[in-house]
Amino acid sequence: MDLDKFKVHGEPLIYGAMVSIALATIGILVGLTYFKKWGYLWREWLTTVDHKKIGVMYILAALLMLFRGGVDAMMMRLQTAAPEMKFLDAQHYNEVFTTHGLIMILFMAMPFIIGLMNVIIPLQIGARDVAFPRLNAVSFWLFFMGAMLLNISFVIGGSPDAGWSAYFPLASLEFSPTVGNNYYSLALQISGIGTLITGVNFIVTILKMRAPGMKLMKMPMFTWSVLITNVIIVFAFPVLTVALALMMFDRLFGSQFFTMANGGMDMLWANLFWVWGHPEVYIVILPAFGIYSEIIATFSKKNLYGYTSMVFSMLIISLLSFLVWAHHFYTMGQGAMVNSFFSITTMAIAVPTGVKIFNWLFTLRKGRITFTTPMLYTLAFIPIFTIGGVTGVMLAMASADYQYHNTMFLVAHFHYVLIPGAVFAVIAGFHYWFPKVFGFRLNERLGKHSFWWIVISFNVTFFPLFFLGLMGMTRRTYTYSEESGFGPLNMLSFVGAVGLAIGFLLLVYNIYWSTRYMPRDTTSDPWDGRTLEWATHSPMPIYNFAIVPTVQTRDALWSAKQDNIPLYDDTKITKIHMPSNTGKPFILGVIFFILGFALVFSLWIPAILSGIGVIVMLAFMSFDRDHGYYISAEEVIATEKKLKRGEIV
Amino acid sequence: MKIDASKPLEYSTEENSNKIFGFWVFLGAEIPLFATLFTVYFVMVNRFASGPSGSELFEIGPVLIETFLLLSSSFTIGLAIHAMRHGYKKAMMVFMALTLLMGLGFIGIEIDEFFTYVHEGATLQTSGFLSSLFVLLGTHGAHVSFGFLWGAGIMIQLWRHGITPATANKAFIFSLFWHFLDVVWIFIFSFVYLKGLM
Repeated sequence: MDLDKFKVHGEPLIYGAMVSIALATIGILVGLTYFKKWGYLWREWLTTVDHKKIGVMYILAALLMLFRGGVDAMMMRLQTAAPEMKFLDAQHYNEVFTTHGLIMILFMAMPFIIGLMNVIIPLQIGARDVAFPRLNAVSFWLFFMGAMLLNISFVIGGSPDAGWSAYFPLASLEFSPTVGNNYYSLALQISGIGTLITGVNFIVTILKMRAPGMKLMKMPMFTWSVLITNVIIVFAFPVLTVALALMMFDRLFGSQFFTMANGGMDMLWANLFWVWGHPEVYIVILPAFGIYSEIIATFSKKNLYGYTSMVFSMLIISLLSFLVWAHHFYTMGQGAMVNSFFSITTMAIAVPTGVKIFNWLFTLRKGRITFTTPMLYTLAFIPIFTIGGVTGVMLAMASADYQYHNTMFLVAHFHYVLIPGAVFAVIAGFHYWFPKVFGFRLNERLGKHSFWWIVISFNVTFFPLFFLGLMGMTRRTYTYSEESGFGPLNMLSFVGAVGLAIGFLLLVYNIYWSTRYMPRDTTSDPWDGRTLEWATHSPMPIYNFAIVPTVQTRDALWSAKQDNIPLYDDTKITKIHMPSNTGKPFILGVIFFILGFALVFSLWIPAILSGIGVIVMLAFMSFDRDHGYYISAEEVIATEKKLKRGEIV
Repeated sequence: MKIDASKPLEYSTEENSNKIFGFWVFLGAEIPLFATLFTVYFVMVNRFASGPSGSELFEIGPVLIETFLLLSSSFTIGLAIHAMRHGYKKAMMVFMALTLLMGLGFIGIEIDEFFTYVHEGATLQTSGFLSSLFVLLGTHGAHVSFGFLWGAGIMIQLWRHGITPATANKAFIFSLFWHFLDVVWIFIFSFVYLKGLM
């Protein structure tokens, strides 16, 4: 075996990263042993099948990845801050922008949203858990192991370096000879399977497990957005599965899918990638629309304006999302007819999106608005996202795109869409639902400080990039000359990036500070909420609802509060069936990790063994006869009494 | 667990009917998976490079036997479910065993076919056409192989515990999977082999 391919030769920065990863790992291991937390970790987290805990783990992992992707971003902005910077070399820069894109979209935005889904959806529809709690744990561990596999690439073997879209022939073995793109295909594959399972799980949960009386058109808007998103996941992710498998075959087994000789076709990759990749954008943005809809209605104290048109515009967006993929490569020679078709479908997406924007504005109109932190993010989202949308329509014009294609204008555009469209939304949702999960609010003053840092710095960082793009600066260039004149705007952008970093650090500090000092929220409904998640205690007991609520209207809790409609029949507490914890999903994840790692380095024997391990583990799961346990009615009544007294159970 | 006696055993609890619905959704995801593989195949179908074309490679004989085996196995798994609904454990086991045996025969012939192709110098590395052919057939074959192991696992559980809501549910879901593989094969048979032989 050639040990050399495991090594990453490089600069002090990479050695620094190795040392810090090693130290952090040792620190965690020693800490867990010292505080005797191994048992706690295993019992309460690694083996949990509780949707709330799984959701919390998703969000923690996403925050961790936000930090990782953020460091990548800072390194890129620093490298381009001035002409002829010598901070990163070209190869390292390639790796950094590739992992930045991958991590931010697949391992930050999406898991953050899936985390919020996990925590909130069962509560919002009045269910006790998701339809398949164990499969939910499998989803999480596959996502997590995929994320870890991608992250170790930085120090073992080298990161992918062909961009997050990994276009062929650049990503082929010939032009990217390191194992980086092997990591790409396997890490994404493993976490992608997890996401697909999540998609199936939530479709069944939402369609089959809603509280009695909650018709489809009475569902909260976040639930609607998540349902539609999961339908997109189920139809889009198999395409990624195939694309990644073919990439793996090309790179590991010498097949000829995307090669330049022997009948291969490099453009096939671009098409497959974006047939998944464009719907992926809506996978992260539609739930964000749902979050904003909840927040706007709550803090304007009004029903959401145009509920039906909201639902239909999301359905139309989900359909159109599959019909626009070629707009990512107008300039790659598919001809005027094809470009025109994709140009029109792309511009058409602006219509349902515009409908949604106006619905939010009309919800605000004459509302009694309270400017809480989540509401501030929502209000900032509307104009910033509109800039992103308008520049999107500019890019959608195929002929004009020849001017903007692969320039910083594009980079500015998609950051203007994704940061307000996804990142602001998950932060807003995080602040909004935090008290539900942990029983206390985040500090509003600190929250607003970090909001202003983030929202102003965001514009300082990305607005100059529009102009840089129009001036002709291409994306992914690691340096430029002084004469190009790109220097000052890039420096401005770097200053903005520092501001963004401060904003995010404040956000993390806020979590720390609030955990220590914020008083417990005893109301369970701190925002005067409208939907069912606020109808149970916070933090909620393991069974969510002692009695499953009965729904008569949209915004069921709001009407219950206004019109005194009872949500429950208090006398009818019965025993509750719960799934039992299991360590199998975690072990399955670990085996998948080993399988992925072995394949990355073409270690066939470990790969075959762990492949067999996966099958054996699945068989164990199939033969499992543990059908869960019951919480007796007396126990539920006792827990409810304690919760009403404000005790933590 | 609340059992609803008005429904067939495999649907009788909420968990069971959720599982069946969930599996339908999963099959909904299998459709784009195979659709993508077919698309790749059709894009690649004339890209032979220096390798053989479909008409030079394919032989109708083994393919017809494969088709016969898989289609018959779809019939026998249907009979197994029928027997299950009537509570005939033994008949059900026999029909499932027949199904799996035919599945095994299918896999055997497919592996033999692959060896023949490779022997004739048509490998995964030869051309875009052959890469897409091997991956499309291989994905289907891998599904059948996985199905074989899965079905065998369910048979062991049936043998141990009899026809219960849990085992009936598993067997029924397995039958959905098996029928689906049959449908995919019909597409492969028509659009890969028959069209390739023309």
